[in-house]
Amino acid sequence: MLDIKNLEASVGDKQILHGITLKVNQGEVHAIMGPNGSGKSTLANVLAGREGYTVTGGTVLYDGKNLLDRTPEDRAAEGLFLAFQYPVEIPGVSNTYFMKTALNAVRKHQGKPELDAMDFLKVIKEKAKLVEIPETMLSRGVNEGFSGGEKKRNEILQMAILEPRLCLLDETDSGLDIDALQIVARGINALRRPDRAFIVVTHYQRLLNYVQPDFVHVLSGGRIVKSGGKELALELEKKGYGWLEQEKIGSR
Amino acid sequence: MANEAIRELAAQDYKWGFTSAIESDVVPAGLNEDVIRMISAKKQEPPWLLEWRLKAYRDWLPMKEPHWANVTYPPVDYQAIRYYAAPKKKPQVNSLNEIDPEIRKTFEKLGISLDEQKRLSGIAVDAVLDSVSVATTFKDKLKELGIIFCSFSEAVREHPDLIRQYLGMVVPPKDNFFAALNSAVFTDGSFCYIPKGVRCPMELSTYFRINASQTGQFERTLIVAEEGAYVSYLEGCTAPMRDENQLHAAVVELIALDNAQIKYSTIQNWYPGDKNGKGGIYNFVTKRGLCKGINSKISWTQVETGSAITWKYPSCILKGDNSIGEFYSVALVNNYQQADTGTKMIHVGKNTRSTIISKGISAGHGQNSYRGMVRILQGALGARNYSQCDSLLMSETCGAHTFPKIDVEETTAQMEHEATTSKISEDQMFYCKSRGIKAEDAVSMIVNGFCKQVFKELPMEFAVEAQKLLSVSLEGTVG
Repeated sequence: MLDIKNLEASVGDKQILHGITLKVNQGEVHAIMGPNGSGKSTLANVLAGREGYTVTGGTVLYDGKNLLDRTPEDRAAEGLFLAFQYPVEIPGVSNTYFMKTALNAVRKHQGKPELDAMDFLKVIKEKAKLVEIPETMLSRGVNEGFSGGEKKRNEILQMAILEPRLCLLDETDSGLDIDALQIVARGINALRRPDRAFIVVTHYQRLLNYVQPDFVHVLSGGRIVKSGGKELALELEKKGYGWLEQEKIGSR
Repeated sequence: MANEAIRELAAQDYKWGFTSAIESDVVPAGLNEDVIRMISAKKQEPPWLLEWRLKAYRDWLPMKEPHWANVTYPPVDYQAIRYYAAPKKKPQVNSLNEIDPEIRKTFEKLGISLDEQKRLSGIAVDAVLDSVSVATTFKDKLKELGIIFCSFSEAVREHPDLIRQYLGMVVPPKDNFFAALNSAVFTDGSFCYIPKGVRCPMELSTYFRINASQTGQFERTLIVAEEGAYVSYLEGCTAPMRDENQLHAAVVELIALDNAQIKYSTIQNWYPGDKNGKGGIYNFVTKRGLCKGINSKISWTQVETGSAITWKYPSCILKGDNSIGEFYSVALVNNYQQADTGTKMIHVGKNTRSTIISKGISAGHGQNSYRGMVRILQGALGARNYSQCDSLLMSETCGAHTFPKIDVEETTAQMEHEATTSKISEDQMFYCKSRGIKAEDAVSMIVNGFCKQVFKELPMEFAVEAQKLLSVSLEGTVG
């Protein structure tokens, strides 16, 4: 589904990604871990098409087509979803209205009929139950006055409604306590499907206790320095990122 | 032979021309007592009203045009204005296909129905009888309840006592330059009277005034709600309105007696001038409400997106104990529009409350100024005010200015003032885009969210129209 080859990207003058190669197929869950500044969020943002990031080399194919020359709206319409690390507030715009607008924009692109308010209300209530979001949150402004945990759960709700095929979760676990983490994890797991893929960018291993990955990649200095199965995450937890630096040096 | 015929014809024309000149009200431009007498005579006004007008004119003469507002415009030549024009027939247009396609596009974007489009363009609506009969049933219902809702001119003829009692009570002619001018030369407007204990069952809109086709330059509106009465009044419409008269100086007076409530909502979309700031209406209005009785309440809600210059401060004088004044406003300036708008809340009685929520949106080279005055007089025990003034900047070249004036002479008063200035952040835009929402739709959605606190005070149909109007007015501001 996603084919990244030697992706290089910079933010302003700073080169962050120094050649990322990664292949993600349908139904797979890939975890991306790494120390601060390794380029994890940069990777997610470049894939989503955020302004301010310049691709300086490499290719990214999504369903066999070039992803990088498409606008963020188009990428979303093609089934790509980014769950933000720091979701922004949009005061005065209700959660329900926002998601209805988003869903209908995506449906329109896909040639499907748009949902009216009544039909959409049914959809959002159903999905809210699935990811354990109380109905009261639906009428609040988008992320307006939400706690950190509520914001992250709101991202998962949006994911449930938009039904993307490739989900990029950018440090969805950051700032969450154990309970919130478990709720978010349950939401993610409820959305796992054979035709859906996840890239879970995470700093700590504990989310991966609940959302078991198929592959774990470690990013350091803008490169994937090690890949493995879910045991790799546990090893990192025990030995720390410093261990990888050692390994890197050792292998030279 | 032919020459003679032509000469005869020419002479005849001239003769006709001369007679019809008087009959068809070709009043020369300029302002003097004769013009005022002519206006009053044409409207068949009683002598006291003519005297009232003349006194206002004499008060106006020594006044100087105020220039303290944060707006600039070339000087107005008061002697170049025609102060009276016969009700003009709109240009004969037979079908919507003859209308400027740009205007049609705007109508469609605003969701204005075909029938409404025809009416606004002066095309005879097919079901003329229907629209007359709708208006008639409407009027009958109001009559049953004792509610008077008619043109100001008609009210002068049919209900002179009421007019005499209340005219100028809230905005005396001497109040300001434009009020004095309006008092001298006002042509028409609305009069609304709700008797004791009556709750007006429907929203009164100028749409339902027959012969409302010509909105005047100098409109005069008076609304009186007697004890325990309630009325919700709508002024304006979202359709872009053009007028060859550039200066609009209206006066609106509202009076609420004990336990009465008046809700006055305005959507204004007068021609704002072209993209380079040329042309456009000057909307200089004096609007004021008097909460005369105890427990009375007056709410002003306005959505101002049009006019080259908007200069108005719908205000409330909170005289009656426990009275409440409210002001909710969205003012949008784009291209080279200028707005200096806000409100004055004057607390006189005991336990009075006022709420001010002002949302200013500036785009293009627009300049938006909020001017709010809260005056709490000594003796206004327990007065409370809440003011919130938010500005949204949408371009590098626009401006938002705030001039709050707070005057408190009463130690038991409570005041709160909050102000924010923001712009639509890149983060918000990217958040929307990443969910598949196109940039223009995102801007529209975010701006409507910004205005929500005000829009929810509008009567339902107006609220929907207002949202559409905002989207249309913001086109081209993205990027």
